[in-house]
Amino acid sequence: MNAEALRAFWDEFSESRISVAALAVVLAIVAAAVCAPLITPQDPYDLGNLSLSDARRPPGFVGSKGYAHVLGTDAQGRDLYSAILYGLRISLQMGLVAGAIALSIGGTLGIVAAYFGGRIETLIMRIVDLQLSFPAILLALVLAALLGQGKTQLVSALVAAQYAYFARTAFGAASAERRKDYVEAAAATPLSGSRIVFRHLLPNSLPPLIVVATVQVANAISLEATLSFLGLGLPPTEPSLGMLIANGFQYMMSGRYWISVYPGIALIILIVAINLVGDQIRDQLNPRLRR
Amino acid sequence: MLGFIIQRVLQAMLVMAVMSALVFIGVYAVGNPIDVLISPDATQDIRTETIARYGLDRPLYEQYFTFVGNILSGDMGRSFVFGMPVLQLIMQRLPATLELTLVAVIGATLAGVPLGIYAGYRPQSPISKTIMAVSILGFSVPTFWIGLILILFFAVHLGWLPAGSRGATRSFLGVEWSVLTLDGWKHLVLPATNLALFKLAMMIRLSRAGTREIMLTDTIKFARAAGLSEWTILRQHVLKLISIPIVTVFGLEFGSTLAFAVVTETIFSWPGVGKLIIDSIAQLDRPVMVAYLILIAFLFVTINLTVDLVYALLDPRLRRGRAA
Amino acid sequence: MTEPVLQVSALSTHFFTKAGVVRAVEGVSFSLARGEVLGLVGESGSGKSVTGFSLLGLVDPPGRIVSGSIRLEGRELVGLPNDELRDVRGRRIAMVFQDPMMTLNPVLTIERQMRLAILAHERASPRAARARSAEALTRVGIPDAARRLDDYPHQFSGGMRQRVAIAIALLHRPAVIVADEPTTALDVSIQAQILAEMAKLVSELGTSLIWISHDLAVVSALSRRIAVMYAGRIVEEGPTAVVLDEPRHPYTRGLLDSLPSRAEPGRELAQIPGSTPSMLRLPEGCPFRPRCPRASPACTVMPEPTGDAVRRARCHHPLVLTPAEAV
Repeated sequence: MNAEALRAFWDEFSESRISVAALAVVLAIVAAAVCAPLITPQDPYDLGNLSLSDARRPPGFVGSKGYAHVLGTDAQGRDLYSAILYGLRISLQMGLVAGAIALSIGGTLGIVAAYFGGRIETLIMRIVDLQLSFPAILLALVLAALLGQGKTQLVSALVAAQYAYFARTAFGAASAERRKDYVEAAAATPLSGSRIVFRHLLPNSLPPLIVVATVQVANAISLEATLSFLGLGLPPTEPSLGMLIANGFQYMMSGRYWISVYPGIALIILIVAINLVGDQIRDQLNPRLRR
Repeated sequence: MLGFIIQRVLQAMLVMAVMSALVFIGVYAVGNPIDVLISPDATQDIRTETIARYGLDRPLYEQYFTFVGNILSGDMGRSFVFGMPVLQLIMQRLPATLELTLVAVIGATLAGVPLGIYAGYRPQSPISKTIMAVSILGFSVPTFWIGLILILFFAVHLGWLPAGSRGATRSFLGVEWSVLTLDGWKHLVLPATNLALFKLAMMIRLSRAGTREIMLTDTIKFARAAGLSEWTILRQHVLKLISIPIVTVFGLEFGSTLAFAVVTETIFSWPGVGKLIIDSIAQLDRPVMVAYLILIAFLFVTINLTVDLVYALLDPRLRRGRAA
Repeated sequence: MTEPVLQVSALSTHFFTKAGVVRAVEGVSFSLARGEVLGLVGESGSGKSVTGFSLLGLVDPPGRIVSGSIRLEGRELVGLPNDELRDVRGRRIAMVFQDPMMTLNPVLTIERQMRLAILAHERASPRAARARSAEALTRVGIPDAARRLDDYPHQFSGGMRQRVAIAIALLHRPAVIVADEPTTALDVSIQAQILAEMAKLVSELGTSLIWISHDLAVVSALSRRIAVMYAGRIVEEGPTAVVLDEPRHPYTRGLLDSLPSRAEPGRELAQIPGSTPSMLRLPEGCPFRPRCPRASPACTVMPEPTGDAVRRARCHHPLVLTPAEAV
């Protein structure tokens, strides 16, 4: 995609006010998560920093450290505002890393299958289709259970649950391109394998892969939160958003809603914003809806 | 048609064989099979006895056939925690999950398809935009979070509906069902809604996309040119055309909803297999995990097979050979 | 002269797109006598199909009829409420489309599709509807019609499928049928059959026919009169034989010269220079001006139609043909 096409793409994108707003929200959240240590009053992972006398306080409570907990505190006395930003950091990190690895593995598999065809294609795509028919959450659940807690384990579970979507998408785009006459012709000449892959198959698979990537990053974040909520994600010392919500769940019945609700709202805003951006990109790249 | 059925059944059996091999490799070859078969606090005598009984000193392929043989004869081991045969345990819990899933998926389809058709038929109307906004929310917001909010609002704040467990059931065909009692329905509404929202969003999107594309086709123009009313066109032409992808997704989604029930059942303490698997994972009750995986794989294969067959029934182009 | 079945006057249909207003049909007028066959000829994008859809009130948004009048059997169709228009469609004016693969619903039986078309306009018992459908299929030359009613579209060949579509269009014996390139998607041998069948049916039933096509040869075989469209306007209209022998508009002349059947063997086919203009940026005045060998400064003003009701052309410099020039 050259600069001019990119510009045209942006022009069309910017026509949708909701999408621009969603993009702004995503960027703002990313910026806030990156700068979290600078803009929060507390490091929520430093247990020495926490005081149980500050635990489960409602929003606005001024704690023992002398500053106001604008969103209240959780059961360990963490400032929720700080915990949410740090949680977003972890959620984004997990989502992006898992998404990037799944994209590389799945994209490679799909393009390899499309390029070689024949038995290799059958083998790869059969496995991918088999896995696609199996719900991602269950796979992630089982893997997370077998592998145990930890960031690497969690990312592995997320990647294993998601690479198949990328493989299917890359294969669809690349094999459509592979069957075109000029590519067939190029394949008949010697020394052109990498040329075919990098000049034809990869560029044509990229747009749909980008669309899938936005959706899958959002899914990975949601999946991570779900696993953490079920107690299968990250260790409790570094709570991600899902765990903050899970920890607050038991206090919800007694009216201390904020411990669960505020991290949840942060999570939803992030996921919805990413999905809105992804939706717009998909509509713009879908030739069937274009006039 | 018969050839088609035989082909699909053979395919399903092959997939099942692959799945059982994967679970076998995952649990028996990669993990330590002893952990799966006996509880960690068993004595050395029991260990040796079990190794001999399950033939763990045999070559791997032989073990695989023993494993498959045991499954086929219905022997999936005993749960450490419950001390009863795993198969019996799962079968006891399965009706609750099936009931929850069925109510959720059917509800999502009955509500989602008409909403989606409307949104696809009048894409610019404010109602359609509202429908789509709701569907984006349903798609994006994690199931467990919606569950929490449902409990917070309907159970804690308003106090209208119970926050968990199954409530009264009535026996039918030897199985306990919630849908047969009013109290059962009260307990069912929140978890079913929770489970249905994601599917609802999906059905809306699917029907909308299908309707939008169909409305632009010459089939619809030709029907209009023949003077058919818009209502007849939607009911006869559009509904019939989108029913093919809908049925496919209905089947496939039924399977993934069974899996998603894990989350919903945990939140609402719904005594189904989903809650069972989460409890088993927490308590390292591995025979239950293995059995659950095999069972889910079996359900999936069966569902896929059924979907293929129903698909063939709905689409005349597949049902009969192509005419020249 | 009797009252025409269809009288179209100054019809304009515009599409209001983001990129600008497309005047797909602009000031189109023609009339159609009972049982008459009119050929509507033009390149793709000339507005001939949109004209056809306008007649049935089936222009999809962002397009709509902005002005003009369509009188069918004395009744004004422009501005008619939707349900009244729907009642006219299929009963008094019907349409046949280009690709029979796309028009019939692949998942409904032929009987169901025909029954829906019947019930759209009258009450009928399932048995009566079935009998009428079988009769209609037989009329368009489908053998063993009663049995084939239970078949699905994919079980018919392309030509047979188009016959089914024609049978559906004829179900209520409409006064006018609009046929939008109904043979273009078919094999040449089938094309000829369908053409002959169509000609026979309309003369038997006394139905008038508007035959839309880009193919002058097909149209001239069927129609007594033709109208040539270019960039949304009718540029020439007249009896088929006269228009073919003595075209007045340079565009008609260009179309005729590019017909293989009329070229001398061994000589290269003549082509109209340039390409169809973008409907968003039509040149000022006569839209054919940039491609026209006879263009002059006068052509920057839109020419008005000249001639009489029988024979008209829209050109400042109509061709005056002598036998010597005609070669």
